[in-house]
Amino acid sequence: MKRHKKGLAVWLTAVLLLLIAALLAGSPGRSESVQEAMRDAVLHDANQVSLLGLKTVSPGMISAFGVTAALLALAAVMRIFVIPRFRLQPGKLQLLLEEWVGLFDGMAKGNSPHRNKFLGLYLFSAGSYIFVGTLSELLGLQAVTVHGHPITLPAPLSDVNGAIAMGTLSYLVILSGGIASNGLGGVGRTLKEFSLPISMSFRLFGALLSGLLVTELVYYYVHLSFVLPVVVGVLFTLLHALIQSYVLTMLVALYYGEVSEPPVPKPKKEKKPALQAETP
Amino acid sequence: MPFPLNIDPQQILLHWMNLAILTGGLYFLLYKPVKQFMDKRTAHYQELENQAADKLAQAEQLRAQAQAKLEAADDEIHDERMRAQQAAQQAAQERLAQAEEQAGRMIAKAKVEAEQSRERALRESQREVRELAAKAARKLAAKPGDDIFDKFLDLAEEGGAHEGR
Repeated sequence: MKRHKKGLAVWLTAVLLLLIAALLAGSPGRSESVQEAMRDAVLHDANQVSLLGLKTVSPGMISAFGVTAALLALAAVMRIFVIPRFRLQPGKLQLLLEEWVGLFDGMAKGNSPHRNKFLGLYLFSAGSYIFVGTLSELLGLQAVTVHGHPITLPAPLSDVNGAIAMGTLSYLVILSGGIASNGLGGVGRTLKEFSLPISMSFRLFGALLSGLLVTELVYYYVHLSFVLPVVVGVLFTLLHALIQSYVLTMLVALYYGEVSEPPVPKPKKEKKPALQAETP
Repeated sequence: MPFPLNIDPQQILLHWMNLAILTGGLYFLLYKPVKQFMDKRTAHYQELENQAADKLAQAEQLRAQAQAKLEAADDEIHDERMRAQQAAQQAAQERLAQAEEQAGRMIAKAKVEAEQSRERALRESQREVRELAAKAARKLAAKPGDDIFDKFLDLAEEGGAHEGR
């Protein structure tokens, strides 16, 4: 009992000392104002990163490649070490993988019963990308800008280019489903929803950007950097990751199912019997 | 001319490429193998279910066959019982008819025998009467002076009294 009390006292003392040290140390001076930081979080025009020396890109682009690499590496590890050991009665990890795949596959089958093979794969890929990409900002991975400043890599979809790419690609997938099922009729049905790529792109961008801006704001001031980031940074990001994955995949599945639905033949009009001329 | 909001078509295409790589990679590394395994397992359990259903159907068929056999056996037993009853009844009737016929024959035979006995007794009595008459005639013929007819009548009366005793 005494040991526990001693441990608690040591821990509290350490926390207090670290807090005082942090407050006394202060920050080394801002290279940019909060307005500039916010503007750059939206536009990514100042803090660009070099892509292997070929081109300067938004940091979100680097995050996107990083997320893809991480997901593929994870998938490769699963493929080599886990999937060959699958059993009829699944273990915990197998259950998790099956649920992961089954969730998007079921969503595809449920919303688009007529054509869903590619849709299931796309939902799986997009959902995983959005979820893992959004959570990646929690890691706080650093990159160096072309000007030599260190920056934290944001979520890939908080970059407007990444969000537009995801939105338009989703729209193209929906369009492909319409064409594959109904030919030109499917194109017509998809083009009818012409606002869809814009709404999907900017919904993603707005949702993730808002999270990024709040996080930027909180971390900009050192006095807000205690306790609050646990709620703002972790819980909001987790919630974002879940909600945005669900919303985009559900929307794509719904529209894909709608445009790939086979046309219902119109009922033939019954010919009205010719009126006989009434004879007086 | 730059796009607003720092939109860069080249970066959008790079994101597309990235997503295409991710989709293809995830398909071959994770989605396809896991889905194949799940489909295989579903097929396995479906097959087990089909086998169970087949066995159940076979059992049901066997039960129906056994039931049909039982019902057929019951019918057969019933028919056999009916046939046996009819045969027994027929045999009894035949026996009765035979007995009646035999009884009839016996009665007829008895009647014939009784008639024969009666005729024989009659013939016997007539013969005895004739013998008595002859005997009486001979006695009368042997004693002269006696009225033959009176003696005959006396002898006849003695004979009648003898029979009445």
